[in-house]
Amino acid sequence: MEYKRVTLFAGHYGSGKTNIAVNYAFRLKRDGKPVVIADLDIVNPYFRTKDSERELTEAGIKLISSEFASSNVDLPALPQEIYSVVHTRSDYAVLDIGGDDRGAYALGRYADSIVKENNYEMLMVINMYRPLTRDVESTLEVMSEIELASGMRFTAVVNNSNIGEETTAQDVLDSLEYANCVASAAGLELKMTTVKEDLYNQLCESVENLMPLKLQEKIS
Amino acid sequence: MSEKVLMKGNEAIAEAAIRAGCNHYFGYPITPQTEVAAYMAKRMPKIGGTFLQAESEVSAINMVIGVASTGKRVMTSSSSPGVSLKAEGISYLAGCDLPAVVVNVQRGGPGLGGIQPSQSDYFQSTKGGGHGDYRNIVLAPASVQEMASLTFKAFDLADKYSMVSMILADGTMGQMMEPVSLDAGEVNTYEKPWALTGTNCERKHNIVNSLYLKPEALEQKNFERYERYKKIEENEVMYEEYLMDDAEICVVSFGITSRVAKNAINEARAKGVKVGMIRPITLWPFPKKPLAAAAEKCKAFISVEMSMGQMIEDIELAIRCKKPVLLCNRVGGMIPTPEEVLAKIQEANEGGAF
Repeated sequence: MEYKRVTLFAGHYGSGKTNIAVNYAFRLKRDGKPVVIADLDIVNPYFRTKDSERELTEAGIKLISSEFASSNVDLPALPQEIYSVVHTRSDYAVLDIGGDDRGAYALGRYADSIVKENNYEMLMVINMYRPLTRDVESTLEVMSEIELASGMRFTAVVNNSNIGEETTAQDVLDSLEYANCVASAAGLELKMTTVKEDLYNQLCESVENLMPLKLQEKIS
Repeated sequence: MSEKVLMKGNEAIAEAAIRAGCNHYFGYPITPQTEVAAYMAKRMPKIGGTFLQAESEVSAINMVIGVASTGKRVMTSSSSPGVSLKAEGISYLAGCDLPAVVVNVQRGGPGLGGIQPSQSDYFQSTKGGGHGDYRNIVLAPASVQEMASLTFKAFDLADKYSMVSMILADGTMGQMMEPVSLDAGEVNTYEKPWALTGTNCERKHNIVNSLYLKPEALEQKNFERYERYKKIEENEVMYEEYLMDDAEICVVSFGITSRVAKNAINEARAKGVKVGMIRPITLWPFPKKPLAAAAEKCKAFISVEMSMGQMIEDIELAIRCKKPVLLCNRVGGMIPTPEEVLAKIQEANEGGAF
């Protein structure tokens, strides 16, 4: 698989960005790339890339995350090391962007360098079962809000439609039309569909570009 | 296609409120309930409602008093320190007999505390918080589904009894995502002849007020209010019983800790310990009768709560201290583990503690 030097995951609040970003970093690593994952979330103090710190470190993936993430300090701060991702350019980078336009503002600070390097992929994570992105129109609205806030354009769409633990293979199949419509309305390709691991075997023959997700567990 | 959607607890409260006919929301951001306000900010303009981020919690609750006076459905939400700031306004709502829904997604305290979940505002919610003789109806959801369904219920009860209904959740309930069905069913409407809707010069004007110049009149008003509270205690108690039929030990727990306790109870049952649970869904009115009945056959009770022991006092009162009540708790943002609850169940079963 061809990888860009920088892969960014953005999308609606709670669409599954962090889980997918962590899994994607592992996939890059398995393909032999040097990987760094950076957490750019300034909105939500919970459910952060840092929750997977142990697994990432053990796999040799570098994690750049605010020391306040998943702590009692509810502070929208980003670590200075994030600059190394856009300036040093030695590693493959996965950037986990905060939810909605509010979360994407922080990306604006790095957007110029990323666009100038011109070796990136910015992925819009979508979930049809989230109430504010139930249809194509509302999803496109969130998408353009994020683009305005970040100063960057999406390059492809990732379909992560699920209703949590209760998700069935049929729920995923039912979301494909929506995902394709979102992608084509935005003039982008549907890069992949992501499902939790236990649904992968049921779906891998009927769904193109299917990626299994190992869900993060909170480490306390 | 699944009719359910995947929501955070905070979002479920906000969407359920809108579907219950709440077109007015006033709030101020605070973790871990900020998604309620964020969701309202997105949705309200689209349905022609009002979302207003006030300059403070005190201001937000006074805006709630304003809308409630007109008889419209209205809500505010916050987390522990913010609810303390709203306490004065909640007392005024009670004094004016106004219906409103107040949401508290609790965090660790006291003071600024921390942003992790807690249940240590039990006293504040069920015993007062503000000044004067009054009660709030207090509903304690234990799933994202209940965050939605109890919000529907909260609006109904608030209107039915003309008083504040409170949703007492915690940071875990607010932040966790689960599938939820948002069907509100029938939304009841209630006559509000007292509402400030304009007289059209056709009737005497209404007055919404909590000031009484004559003590006799104020006393009478308090008596009347408590007659209403008595009816609520008779008619509106909600609780869930889990494996109580042959239980010798009764766990009492609400919200997120009841889910932890359920796991521990299942493990204890597998070891042959006869243990069950009474989960209060209404914290006020408290399910006194089922607890008193359980005291006749159980040898011990365990209060599992994320406070230094607040609900335990209501359990002891409900069972008239007939049986020992053990406390299993974590505080400050920590959640008890199933193992900790299991150990306490075994301790109660062996009778070592009493």
